[in-house]
Amino acid sequence: MSSPIAIATRAIDLRSRADARHDAWFRWLLASCGLLVLAALLGAALATLWGGREVLFGHGFAFLTSAEWNPVSGEYGALAPVYGTLVTSLVALLLAVPVAFGIAMFLTEIAPAWMRAPVASAIELLASIPSIIYGMWGLFVFVPFMARVEPAISATLGRLPLVGGLFQGPPIGLGLLTAGIVLAVMILPFICAVMREVFQAVPVRLRESAYALGATTWEVVWHIVLPYTRGAVVGGIFLGLGRALGETMAVTFVLGNSYAITGSLLMPGTSISSAIANEFNEAVGTHRSALIALGFLLFVVTFVVLLVARLMLRRLARREGA
Amino acid sequence: MKAKQLRSFIAAAMMLASGQAAAVDITGAGASFVHPIISRWSATFAEETGHRVNYQSIGSGGGIAQIKAGTVDFGASDMPLDTAALDEHGLVQFPEVIGGIVPALNVAGIEPGTLVLDGPTLARVFMGEITRWNDPALVALNRDVALPDAAITVVHRSDGSGTTFNFSDYLGKVSPEWKEKVGRGTVVKWPVGIGGKGNEGVSAYVRQMPNSIGYVEYAFAVQNKLGYARMKNAAGKVVAPDTASFQAAAATADWAHAEHFNLLMTNAPGAEAWPITATSWVILHRQPKNPANGKVVLDFFRWAFEHGREQAIELDYVPLPPALVTQIEAYWKAEIRQ
Amino acid sequence: MAASPYLRRRLANLAALAASAAATAIGLAFLGWILWVTVQRGLGALGPALFTGITAYGAEGGLANAIVGSLMMDVMALLIATPIGVLAGTWLAEYARRSRLGAVVRFLNDILLSAPSIVLGLFVYMIVVLPMSNWTGGRVSFSGVAGAIALALIALPVIVRTTDEMLQLVPGTLREAALSLGIPSWKVTVQVLMRAASSGIVTGVLLALARLAGETAPLLFTAFGNNFMAIDPLDKMASLPVAIYQYTNDPAPALHAIAWAGALLITGFVLLLGLAARGLLARHKVAHD
Repeated sequence: MSSPIAIATRAIDLRSRADARHDAWFRWLLASCGLLVLAALLGAALATLWGGREVLFGHGFAFLTSAEWNPVSGEYGALAPVYGTLVTSLVALLLAVPVAFGIAMFLTEIAPAWMRAPVASAIELLASIPSIIYGMWGLFVFVPFMARVEPAISATLGRLPLVGGLFQGPPIGLGLLTAGIVLAVMILPFICAVMREVFQAVPVRLRESAYALGATTWEVVWHIVLPYTRGAVVGGIFLGLGRALGETMAVTFVLGNSYAITGSLLMPGTSISSAIANEFNEAVGTHRSALIALGFLLFVVTFVVLLVARLMLRRLARREGA
Repeated sequence: MKAKQLRSFIAAAMMLASGQAAAVDITGAGASFVHPIISRWSATFAEETGHRVNYQSIGSGGGIAQIKAGTVDFGASDMPLDTAALDEHGLVQFPEVIGGIVPALNVAGIEPGTLVLDGPTLARVFMGEITRWNDPALVALNRDVALPDAAITVVHRSDGSGTTFNFSDYLGKVSPEWKEKVGRGTVVKWPVGIGGKGNEGVSAYVRQMPNSIGYVEYAFAVQNKLGYARMKNAAGKVVAPDTASFQAAAATADWAHAEHFNLLMTNAPGAEAWPITATSWVILHRQPKNPANGKVVLDFFRWAFEHGREQAIELDYVPLPPALVTQIEAYWKAEIRQ
Repeated sequence: MAASPYLRRRLANLAALAASAAATAIGLAFLGWILWVTVQRGLGALGPALFTGITAYGAEGGLANAIVGSLMMDVMALLIATPIGVLAGTWLAEYARRSRLGAVVRFLNDILLSAPSIVLGLFVYMIVVLPMSNWTGGRVSFSGVAGAIALALIALPVIVRTTDEMLQLVPGTLREAALSLGIPSWKVTVQVLMRAASSGIVTGVLLALARLAGETAPLLFTAFGNNFMAIDPLDKMASLPVAIYQYTNDPAPALHAIAWAGALLITGFVLLLGLAARGLLARHKVAHD
């Protein structure tokens, strides 16, 4: 015969055991959801690797080095789309990084306080405009604009020694340069946001000491702020690069979809993502495998770029925390 | 307010879907060549029967790929498949409409139908050998047209296209150099130019870019008010693209002896024949994966052959001659499990 | 006379300041340019026909089926991504805050956040569209569900990240107070912590929705397209971004006008969501300060 106290203790005991069991279940549920994120990323990599195996393993290195893309004869080389992706992304970085730096400097060092928040939000708005709208704007508004500007570019930059060849070609408005500029506008807010954030995180005493020594604003930014935040700034740039590499819709309309590797930025080209978007629905057999292999390539390259970006950014966060 | 409108709309749509108990939704995909006419047919067919034919213009290459993969109820392609390819995948094909491919251009001061081209010259333009509008070869063909001193922008297809197949087939027939260097296919290795997706994309680029030249189905040129060229045909006569010249080319086709209707009518011999006349085919499974849908596909095209002729002519296509329709219906009976 | 070093420094500074202001002007000019064109061209084509007509009728139709398709797929995507994302974010913040596995997942989640969406489309094509088509003998292949799964993959990392961040903001005292009452930890997590962070979590969902609304690339090979109104999620489904893509590729100016109106709808929707998220976040911050 058990006393009321014993019954109560047993009840409590039972309940706490049940609680412990529920806690364990809950933990498992949560952990499995967390691992699903891992699975999604791994799955995307494995699925594209599997889908592209015929070309990736069958053609091997030749897939990367061949410029021949001919679905009729069954030859697939990734060079032209890889070239287009890299060139447009580089152009985008070359244009977006200085502008983003300028904006970040303006917002952290120069602008009056009342101006900072609204201007920063406005620049961030650029990031929330969907890429299809960049594509429309690019095709209907920016391409005709570029077609008018390109003769002037050819006549000035095209005459320069060494780089002149980059700016020669028929003024059609479409091409690597146009795609690069549209991409630059798209990645600008991402790079700028990182720069602004880390510039603000520079300890006030560093900045104030420099000013006290008589440094100008520019000297403070160039000699104090930038060196202090270098790692994170590089991280931000890589973040922008990762975005630029994978962008599809904005590029497809303004790049010209031509499997040619040309030395001029004014000529049309193609990119990995636009090749997939254009051709995937019609591809069978080796063609499909080649497109999925391109997807795998893009995934791996952006993964590495973003990995570098996050590592750089994390290092700064840790230093801040210390 | 918007939500209410939306709700009432969904209700209406559901009523439409359930009102006719037998209403079936089918999906077709492929050639952009026939996109305008199939869309028109599909809208009318839906109003008359309740069956909805969702046609996605993804290019002939896409049409062939998707029907092979079995993801659509029918594919459409202006490149015919040969008997071996049809048998391998258990497919059948029949023509649904005939149309013409025209060189479309956008050159200030040149009215539609005034420029004259012949096959070899057209091939040289698309090979990048003729790069300016006032090239002597173009001037020689167009003594009375003021050709500007401007660079030519070539526009071709970026997707797998039956229009490209017929166009490159024609150029190969009239230019040995083209045949050797570029060849024939739904996609070819273009020496120059920019790529547009579908007849739509090529028309859009030609329309937007000054001094450009592309090749599109005639309906796209007319509907979008693009400039187009007249062509010197195999008989050496300059003809304009229109229903009459397409019909003249179609009349030379010997359908009765073409296995699975596999014949091309490019560079047709007649004196009035348009040299780049093309057929578009519907491709189906011999044994439809979904019999109810398969039946509606045939109903749709039977209806189109009978009631869609006017619409085809309005859009400057050539409806199939009655003898060919009879042959197609016999083909259905013989080849398709219904 | 050579300029004094002081003057040279002043001039360099002035040039830098001017360049920096110019950079800001360039950034704002592009924003203004894009928004202005979208509003100006979009307003012209905005009308009742846009919401009642369907794409089967082209220029005489509207975008009703695309709007409905987009709404359905966005909602389905959120229904998939929200529970998973919130639970995963909770795990990161509450159970794996300092563990190595948690660090890896958090890190990879950040990468998934900017992974190329077209590759996610390929992925879903391979794991959903193809198997579905094989199982059903082709009756179901491209579908609204497949589109929603692709979109869910894009929404997921956004929700995970905001949930994680917001839960980390919840003061530790709240957690300790609840646990000291003897409440089991799962109840504390769900009923105390998640509630405290709820407005932040909702913000994450809104931000995710804003990302989804304009996504085009992952839908091309998953939802395909439909010119008619499709309500069945297993049917091929139209969406606003894909319809805009198709109309932009078309030569007809009448279709361009409809595409601009669609673009205005999406942009307006996305900006409104952004504002709502910002408002919620501000309230959330106030509540915790």
